[in-house]
Formats: sequence, C-alpha cells, structure tokens
Amino acid sequence: MDFQPVLLWTDLLFFLLLAAGVATVLHVRRSVPLRAAWRKVGRRPVGMASATVLAVFLLVGVADSLHFRPQLPPVEGASADAAAVYSSEVLSVLDVVLEPLRTRTEKTYSAPFADRLYVRETAELPEGGQARIHPRLEYGAAHLADPEAERTADVARRLAGGMLAAAVLWLLPVLLTAAGVARKAGIPFTAGLRRLAQGDTALAWRAVLAALAVILLLACIAAVLAPWYHVFGTDKVGQDVFYQALKSVRTALVIGTLTTLVMLPFAVALGVLAGYLGGWVDDVIQYLYTVLSAIPGVLLIAAAVLMMQVVIDTHPQWFATAAERADARLLALCLILGITSWTGLCRLLRGETLKLRELEYVQAARAFGVRTPSILRRHVLPNVMHIVLIALVMDFSGLVLAEAVLSYIGIGVDPTMTSFGTMINMARAELAREPMVWWSLAAAFCFMFVLVLAANLFADAVRDAFDPRRG
Amino acid sequence: MFAYVVRRLIYAVPILIGVNLLTFLLFFVVNSPDDMARMHLGARHASAEGIERWKVERGYDKPTFWNAEADGAGRLTDTIFFDKSLRMFAFDFGSADDGRDIGREIRDRMGPSLAIAVPTFILGLFAAVSFALLLVFFRATYLDFWGVVACVAMMSISSLFYIIGGQWLVSKIWALVPISGYAPGLDAARFLVLPVLISVIAGVGSSVRWYRTIFLEEISRDYVRTARAKGLSELVVLFRHVLKNAMIPILTGVVVVIPMLFMGSLLVESFFGVPGLGSYTIDAISAQDFAVVRAMVFIGSVLYIVGLILTDLSYTLVDPRVRLE
Repeated sequence: MDFQPVLLWTDLLFFLLLAAGVATVLHVRRSVPLRAAWRKVGRRPVGMASATVLAVFLLVGVADSLHFRPQLPPVEGASADAAAVYSSEVLSVLDVVLEPLRTRTEKTYSAPFADRLYVRETAELPEGGQARIHPRLEYGAAHLADPEAERTADVARRLAGGMLAAAVLWLLPVLLTAAGVARKAGIPFTAGLRRLAQGDTALAWRAVLAALAVILLLACIAAVLAPWYHVFGTDKVGQDVFYQALKSVRTALVIGTLTTLVMLPFAVALGVLAGYLGGWVDDVIQYLYTVLSAIPGVLLIAAAVLMMQVVIDTHPQWFATAAERADARLLALCLILGITSWTGLCRLLRGETLKLRELEYVQAARAFGVRTPSILRRHVLPNVMHIVLIALVMDFSGLVLAEAVLSYIGIGVDPTMTSFGTMINMARAELAREPMVWWSLAAAFCFMFVLVLAANLFADAVRDAFDPRRG
Repeated sequence: MFAYVVRRLIYAVPILIGVNLLTFLLFFVVNSPDDMARMHLGARHASAEGIERWKVERGYDKPTFWNAEADGAGRLTDTIFFDKSLRMFAFDFGSADDGRDIGREIRDRMGPSLAIAVPTFILGLFAAVSFALLLVFFRATYLDFWGVVACVAMMSISSLFYIIGGQWLVSKIWALVPISGYAPGLDAARFLVLPVLISVIAGVGSSVRWYRTIFLEEISRDYVRTARAKGLSELVVLFRHVLKNAMIPILTGVVVVIPMLFMGSLLVESFFGVPGLGSYTIDAISAQDFAVVRAMVFIGSVLYIVGLILTDLSYTLVDPRVRLE
C-alpha cells in the first residue's frame, strides 16, 4: 500500500520535544551534578516504576503521531498513469496496528464482552412474525456459536494463553537486565540475577521489571482478547471503546507536554529578565503577569477558545482535511493553556533570579566585566533549570486533568478528536439509561487514572531529587 | 492600615484596565463583530441584513474606538469600547443575549453559588487541616505513608469522576438525595448536601498533602524542639504551636480564594443543576453569549484583586512581624 506522509503541527512539535528530550539526556550524561540528581530519581523504586508506565504511554503516543494518508485504490477505468489519489482520512501507525479494532464497528452500544447489541431492534423471526430482540453483534464474540455457554471457557482459555505469552515475553527483559547488572558489577550471571531479585542494584531495576510485568500482562491479555471481543464495549456509533482510549493517550500527552513547551520560552525569558535586570523591565513584566493571573483561568481559556473557534470557522480554506482542522484546534488549545499558565513559573523564576543575582559568583562575573547575556546564559539559567524541570513534570498531570474538564465544558479539543474529555462527555449523556452505559466512563477512568497517577509519582520523585530544599 | 488599603486599591486600577483591554482585544479586535455574527447565526443564514440586525441588537454596530460622526464627547462615548468595556468599571454589564440584565442575573445567582461554595470551603479547610495534622502526628509510620499514597491517588482522579460517581452512588443506588435541582430557602439543604460533600472529597487529596508539607516544615523548627523539651505533650505542641505558626503559609493560599467563592464552581453547579454563577458561566460559554463571558471575566479579576489585598491584610492579623507600610 502506498501512502503520503502527513506531518501535523502537533506531530512536528511533539517530535521536536522528543528530540529536545534526547538532547537533554546527552547533556545530562556529560554533566556530573545532573547525573547525580537523575541517579537519585533512578534509585527510587516508585520513580522508576512510574517512569516505565509513562514510557509505555509515550510509545503509544509516538506511534499515534506518525501520520499518513493511505492511497486510495485506483478508480476503475482510470488510465494506469493517473496521479495517485490519497484518502482524505489521516491515519497513524497506531491505527494500522489496531486495524481490527478501528474497522470493526458495531451499530451502536454494546457492553464489554457482549455478544449482543445493547438496544433492542425489530427483527423478522424465522417462523414468521416480528419481535423486539437484542441482535447479535457483527464482530464481538461472533466466533462463538452459543456465546452464553461458551464465552466463559473461551475467555479463560485466551486469558491463559495471554498470560503465558506475557510471562515468556517478560523473561527477555529480566534476563537482559540481570546480564547487564552482572557485567557491570563483574559478577557471574546467577549472582546478578540474585541481586536483581533482592533489589540490590544501583538503579531500581526491580521496580522497572515489576511495572513491566504488569504492563506486559495487561497488553498481552488485551492482544489476545481484543480481536474477538470488545473488551471495553462499544460507544454510540459502535466504535470500540478500547481503541478510543488508546487514541486518547496521544491527545493527553500532547496537551500535557506541548503546553509547557509553548509557555517555557516566555516564562523563562521574562522571569529571568525581570529578576536580573529589575527596574522598569521588572515592573512591566510583573504588570503583565499580574494582569494575566488576575483573570480566572477557565474564563480566560473560555474566552480565548471561543474566539479561536470563530477564527477557525471563518477560515475553512486553511485546512485540507478534518484531521488538520482538529489538529489546529488542539495546537491552539495548547497555546491558550500555555499563555494562561506561564505566570506561576515566571513568578518563581523571577524570585529565584533575584536571589541568584546577589550571590558571589554572579557578582564576581559582573565585576570581571562579563556581559549580561553571558551571565544570564552561563551563570543564571543553569541554576534555575531545576525549577523549570520541576514545573514541567508537575504541570503535566494537572494539564491532562484540565483537558478532560475543558472538553466537558465544550471549550476543549475538537469534538471529532478522541480524548478522555470527549469520551467522558459522550458517556455522560447515557448515564440515565437503564441498565447504565458505564463502560466508556470506566475505560476513560482507568486510562486517565493510571496516566495521571504515574505522572504524579514521577513528578514527586523528580522534585525530591532536584529541589535543594528537600534533602 | 487605611492608607495602605487605599494605596493597594489605587494599584489595582491599572491591573483592571489591563484586564479590560485584554478582554476587549480578545472579543472585538481578534474577531470583528461581523465574524462573530456570522458564526452566531450560522454560515448559511448569515445574510448582510441578518448580520446588521444582530449587531444592532447588541450595540456592536458602532465604531470600535473613535466615532467620527458624533459630536463632542460622543466621539469617545458612542463607541463599542466605551459601551462594552469602560462601562464595566461602573458594574454596568448591559444585557445578555436573551435580553436579561446581566447585573441583575448575577445578583440573583450569587446566593445559590455561595450556598455551595461557603460550606465547601469551610468543611474542606477543616477536613484538610485535620487530616494533615493526623498524618503529621503519625509521621514516619505506615499510617502516614499510606495516607500520602491515598492523597496522591485521590489527586489523580478527575473531578468529573467524583461528581459522576457520587451522583450515581448516593442519588441513584442509595436514593438518599435528589440527583440534581435546587430550591430556595431552607429546602435547599437536601440539594446541597451531595455537591458540598463531593467538592470536599474531590479537593481533599491535594490540600492534605500541601498542608502536610507545611506542617512538616514547621515541625522541624527550633521552637518546636524547645516546646517538646519543656515537656509539652505532642498534641499540645501540634495544636498550640505548630498549627498557629503554620497559619501564615496556609493563609497565603486560603484567603486569596475567599472572594472567588462568589464565582461558584463551574462543574459542580452544572452537574447538579444549581442556578448559580458557575452554571451561568457554563451556559453562556456553550451558548457563546460573549457579553456574559466578558462580564464574568471582569468580575473574576476584581474578586482576585480583592483576594490579594485581603491576603496582605490577613498577614498583619496572624503575624505581628509583618507591618504594612
């Protein structure tokens, strides 16, 4: 299949951010104090386990950021050398991996592991006449002749297979880490394995492997069950909820990371300048952030999003595909969230720079005639970076949670874009039904909870390691 | 003291002007009234007369800053900027899209908002401080550890789930209180129990953790050691010494939100159908009623500034070292 790669704006920035992350890692490897601080994070089992979970989410997000437009099959009768036509639907690598989940849509709601639709439909009976029945699903549990009797056994058999696969797959990283530990310490392999099991390693590898075990278990179970059942049910238009939940991960990651990326240059530049230069520069910058923080966040976001919607709606010609429009809106949302949230970091940086300015080494640099830009770059910036890093990881979980609330209010991402907020929003309308349609909510809850919890725990570990006030 | 308050109030004026200018830019310069009219009416129904009528109805048909056709002061006053922006300083917000007076609407809806926000605030503060003190009393034990774990877990759940889960469990399964609604007077109590309870629970995780850090910082001070050395019991140390001194950092975070209680809570009010300012704002956002959103932005920033001033004043009450000069 031929395809045309598509680079959406958020993809570009997301990959830019990843590249920056890699550059930071390289930089950290060379700098002794930074390496020591990160080692502190690595020694904490909770920090390492949550980092593993976050890495898996990141993997899903990256796979979902590699976008392309598949080539449509040539129109019949068209000449062989006609220009290729590409679908207007933008897909991602994740979509290809999850092809069965994406394409196998039912008519409407169905419960997790159900074999029948949630709503009744009028059907012709074979012996004549009509009846209101729950029709069989087209795909969910369709391989079973008599689902009522066979389902439990079938699910159990597949579960066992999935667990076995997970165990086999898990052995690989265990053996690799043990070998690594053994090589580094210069001890035999079995001794390395024993150390690993006792948690007696420089970095908390045991926690990583434990987290990996749980993730592999869940992933393998999902992999063996999802092709045959809708493990989290289907939504109103019959789409698999598990697929939606996986797609939402990217939206959450983009909002959580790009927002900080967007605001970072402003916050750092203004905060450091205000603190270091003082005088009227300080007054102007303080005025700016006081004005911005005086407006209640949600209202400022609402006002800006409403206005942005007008801009997007009045300029349909800017966007070639629906995905591009949704992407523009996502990016704009990141910008708006960034503009409204840089004030806190800016204030912190200003305060810290005020302190740094009076320290001896900065005074000495000034006395030697080092020019202001060099002082800022060489002496001030590196010493406020820990605040930036802490703010970056601390903000992430808050932004993921904020996205859900904003989408619920209707000022979040584009309604066509899958996100935790839109999932919750759609599910809410069906809560009053009897029996309740609970599975969309459950899926959104599980994924969001794990993501935010991991982010919170990781942020704590990073803060403890980098904040000089915490021993 | 009085002079200080006056000076702070004067400082507040440029900030309010800034807020005002910013909202004006956002609402009238980024998009022209024509664009807004087109979106409001829908692209298909937007005829030239329709747009003109929409603008006249709302008073958006005037020039933005300078009315060259008017005489005298009218050149400045007969403009969108004067009408929609400067009038806000007199708390004159004009009328909403449904024709009702926004100022009146705000006064009417303040009551229900406060009825939820004030109990939530007081109970939440009480619960958070007591749990935090409890954790600090049992610090470095398993209770403390699991308490913090529970706090982090509670922080990681979106407030939407607290509301949906609470409504489902308490109102639907246990059928203890109505799912949503509001009644004036004392009748309101049965409608208010659940929203207040849910708001307290939703907020308690992060605040307990925050207060716990404050208390722990305070407990490592010298005066605490002295108090212990005098032979005071740990309870007396905690309540008489640590709590009192920890009030200073606690106040910074708490006093600033008191005026904001007027704004109500967007989510809770809209889920529980309470006719407060929060649900008013949400309705205005979803109906794209720009006049109401603008008014709420202005009121919100006024209240925020009031909160900042109150915070500074409260310092003098709890910390005699702070003097307002």
